[in-house]
Amino acid sequence: MRSPAKSFSAVVRRLNQPGAAGRLTALAIPYGWLALFFLLPLLIVVKISLSESVMGIPPYEPILRFAEDAKVQIHLTFSNFGLLLRDNLYVVAYLNSVKIAAISTLISVVIGYSMAYGIARSPLRWRYLLLMLIIIPFWTSFLIRIYAMIGFLKDNGLINNVLMALGVIDQPIAIMYTPTAVYIGIIYSYLPFMVLPIYAALERMDPSLLEAAGDLGAKPWKAFLRVTLPLSMPGVVAGSLLVFIPAVGEFVIPELLGGLGSPMIGKVLWAEFFSNRDWPVASAVAVAMLALLVVPVMMFDRFASRYFRGRS
Amino acid sequence: MAVGSGGLQDKPWTDPKAQPFIRIEGVSKHFGDVAAVNGVDLNIYRGEFFALLGASGCGKTTLLRMLAGFETPSAGKIFIDGVDMADIPPYRRPVNMMFQSYALFPHMTVGQNVAFGLQQDGVGKAEIAERVAEMLDLVQIRALAKRKPDQLSGGQRQRVALARALVKRPKLVLLDEPLGALDRKLREQTQFELVNIQEKLGMTFVIVTHDQEEAMTMASRVCVMNAGMVEQVGAPAEVYEYPNSRFVADFIGTANLFDGVVTEVSSDQTRVASPDLGGDIVIGGGGAVAKGATVRVMVRPEKIQVMPDGSPDPGFNSAEGIVREIAYLGDVSVYHVELMSGKRVQFTRANLLHTADAPLTWDDRVRFQWHPANGILLVI
Repeated sequence: MRSPAKSFSAVVRRLNQPGAAGRLTALAIPYGWLALFFLLPLLIVVKISLSESVMGIPPYEPILRFAEDAKVQIHLTFSNFGLLLRDNLYVVAYLNSVKIAAISTLISVVIGYSMAYGIARSPLRWRYLLLMLIIIPFWTSFLIRIYAMIGFLKDNGLINNVLMALGVIDQPIAIMYTPTAVYIGIIYSYLPFMVLPIYAALERMDPSLLEAAGDLGAKPWKAFLRVTLPLSMPGVVAGSLLVFIPAVGEFVIPELLGGLGSPMIGKVLWAEFFSNRDWPVASAVAVAMLALLVVPVMMFDRFASRYFRGRS
Repeated sequence: MAVGSGGLQDKPWTDPKAQPFIRIEGVSKHFGDVAAVNGVDLNIYRGEFFALLGASGCGKTTLLRMLAGFETPSAGKIFIDGVDMADIPPYRRPVNMMFQSYALFPHMTVGQNVAFGLQQDGVGKAEIAERVAEMLDLVQIRALAKRKPDQLSGGQRQRVALARALVKRPKLVLLDEPLGALDRKLREQTQFELVNIQEKLGMTFVIVTHDQEEAMTMASRVCVMNAGMVEQVGAPAEVYEYPNSRFVADFIGTANLFDGVVTEVSSDQTRVASPDLGGDIVIGGGGAVAKGATVRVMVRPEKIQVMPDGSPDPGFNSAEGIVREIAYLGDVSVYHVELMSGKRVQFTRANLLHTADAPLTWDDRVRFQWHPANGILLVI
């Protein structure tokens, strides 16, 4: 062990090195940001999830309580987490969310890949316009865009009216308040997050690689499968994570477009917070969701980083 | 010098009955208003090591890419082995290309990169393994088969790219600046290896390069291109010794050029009055020009000899000047001599003795001479 004095002098020496202060600041900003806006709120949520619900403000018991004789008592309860397992509402909602998010992600990959491919292969003067069109919806509030979707999907909405006018259907198809509406809403909202990373990966690709594949006898579709697709996988992985993770916790879309039939965990969480005012259970739902999401995402990330190592 | 020309015992381009392997007929390629390649006619024969030589932007790479099928000619036809290539996509051409950037697949190992072409042809697994190993042996990188391209040095990547272009045993191999990314020493060593490999496999190589030394060293024939057009095609020695234009004379090697007017033409010699030189220049051979024509005489620097005692051999062309600059290159030194007319002449001398003993130095008055056969007449 080094003596504290020695460690201190080592720190001073490092700080006196040229550029040390800049380096320190550069590191402090992201870590400080994460600590303040990610770690601290997370710890507060964890704390609430371990306390008991009461009527009042705030609607939960403090964890540290002063007892007689100046003793401090710590009250932790895991009953909120126990409830999540006992009442199968939560498990069903969680599994349903994962299912909806996974299917939406898959469909987004297919649609997003073809869009990104089309943009990356279009002439340069078109490319930025097309990318702009992908990004423009972000200029409108998310909530308003979802409300606008209702106009498309409802029984006398645009889709049904057009199909009926064309004589494809006699009766309006029920899309609103069904899982289909939720899928459409999620895919519509999150597609840009899929398109952009895949486009970046495709755009970065050296076009002479495809020429080389063709030159070596690969027909265009074979060259796509063996060269383009594997080289754009990092974009597909990034896009999938960017769609899947927020889609699991999605609340607005199932609330506005979905029916009562297939609850999603985000909606359950909202109900616990604002309808039941049971903050501890709501926090437990949030913590459990995070834990259950972090594990598969980390596994996926490790697999992906091993798979793509040395592929820059 | 030209190790490549040994590859073909008979010179098929001198035989009018020989069938060319590649026929390029009136090929042009326009990008918008720019003619990258402009009316090129070329015949390339089986087993040749053919170099397309020119400065960047001269159209050599575009011509190569048309052979590979990545560009379609705006006009003209290309035949490879008698087949019109007009409607044949790159993946069905009997051609493999080594790219300037190497274009190695970054997600595949060296072995997988080399195997890729064979897999496209549906070759059996055992045969692929055998042929890949054989090819990696040939380019001496078998030990690296399991590595990925980003774990290789520039020279090793170059070998992978070469192996990948050769493994399918194509009739025609195209090489786009194959040695451009290598340092000088490695480049020179690889030049000889490339020629040996080409002779061993008996394929036809068409190489694009901007480096005249590289083209001269390796090629059986060199095609000098300028502004999308062919300036001259010939064996390296022919192009160097008998350039047909000022451009070729300047582009390949160094040239001393003297302007003058023809004063006398006989069957065996031409006499040119040159104010540049300050006297008459006699050139061996005659008949090509008329009396009174304005011409330019070219003499290569190494063809000029210095006369230490000041008296030229009879029949030689000679002049006197003052040494202005000396560039010591190790094996040879280059001297710049200023004539009375102000014209500067370059010549080289082998450094047979240590420089300390060199008799020529700055501001020396020196007389030099060259044999009439070493002057080339260029019509302006």
